[in-house]
Amino acid sequence: MPLVYSGILSHAPGITGRSHMVEPDKEATRDAFYGCLKRQREAIRSSGAEVLVVVAAEHFANFFMDNMPAYCMGIGAKHTGPIEDAQWLKIDKQIIQGAPELATRIVDLMLKNVDLAYSEEWQCDHGIMVPLNFLTPNYDLPIIPCNINCQGPPLTPLNRVWNFGEALREACDEQTENIAIVGTGGISHWPATPDSGKINEAWDKQFLERLMSQNKEQLLSYSDDEVYAEAGQGGFEIRTLIAAAAAAGGRGTLQFYSAELPIFAVGCTVASFEISS
Amino acid sequence: MNRDDRTQKEFGRNKRQVLAAYDLTQEEYTAIESGDIGLLYVLGVNGQILMHYAAYLKIEWFDYLQAMRDGVSKYGPVRHGIYAMKEQNRKYARVNQLRGGGGA
Repeated sequence: MPLVYSGILSHAPGITGRSHMVEPDKEATRDAFYGCLKRQREAIRSSGAEVLVVVAAEHFANFFMDNMPAYCMGIGAKHTGPIEDAQWLKIDKQIIQGAPELATRIVDLMLKNVDLAYSEEWQCDHGIMVPLNFLTPNYDLPIIPCNINCQGPPLTPLNRVWNFGEALREACDEQTENIAIVGTGGISHWPATPDSGKINEAWDKQFLERLMSQNKEQLLSYSDDEVYAEAGQGGFEIRTLIAAAAAAGGRGTLQFYSAELPIFAVGCTVASFEISS
Repeated sequence: MNRDDRTQKEFGRNKRQVLAAYDLTQEEYTAIESGDIGLLYVLGVNGQILMHYAAYLKIEWFDYLQAMRDGVSKYGPVRHGIYAMKEQNRKYARVNQLRGGGGA
């Protein structure tokens, strides 16, 4: 069973970049969140993972509005990041080891079921660098970055996101390497807009309940109009979380959720899934 | 600008020369050249791009958020892009409100 771990986590840039701006009475919540991310790191490590696939929602690091693939995987020998100012994100520039041979094998298999683009020159933005900052702080685990367009129309339909997750799982299961997957995105949030910091906690919790219970029918029932109205443009990133759930196939355990850190501009989330047999 | 250090340096040295290479309306030109975050937001610049331009201009986070609010007050609602509230979205929000939905 080469897929050895599947989980989700938030990636908002404030998690690292604005950590120092957390109100004093919320510092314990922040630290509990960081502690949970550390335990996620340990869980990935103890799973025996040799490679980490990060299913993320990039923010114009590699692609722009005029040409953005619905799905893309980074197959390069190395990746760079963050593209953002290191002082702003509070993560130093890194060269991150890739897994070109394995990534190419995965792409070849997934192309049977998914229109998947690939890139040999991947630049990581906060959507990948913030998770790596916590999950592989020494950058000693090879990374296969993967993007689902969550930024702007045309957005890939959720049923195809599910198919993508299942195709990723099938491809992983044919490999000999132990592979971990994390899906990283926000639930409701309005990042980098005047509404930054707004979080629809009720909507988040309903989504997470559906995600943890693998309620495929309800997960795929969201329309983009509903998501935009209730969860903001940042809510489009549920695609990354749904992909991780579909890849895992098993029920999830929500390990952390808090809407009490609006300076991070997202409901902070950590969860893992059972890997179905 | 956000992805290319060389362009940032050139822009810092001579804004007009850099902007001359792009097909911009007078309003777009003015907004970029003067660093008017509020107008750029109203014109439809995605926040994932705009926040980095603001950081380049050394605008602090809360000042950046306020500049967008001020822009909407001064120039009106967002006109284009992902934030332009479509009639469909407004309709959805109204219907959900009538149903007693939790509206964000």
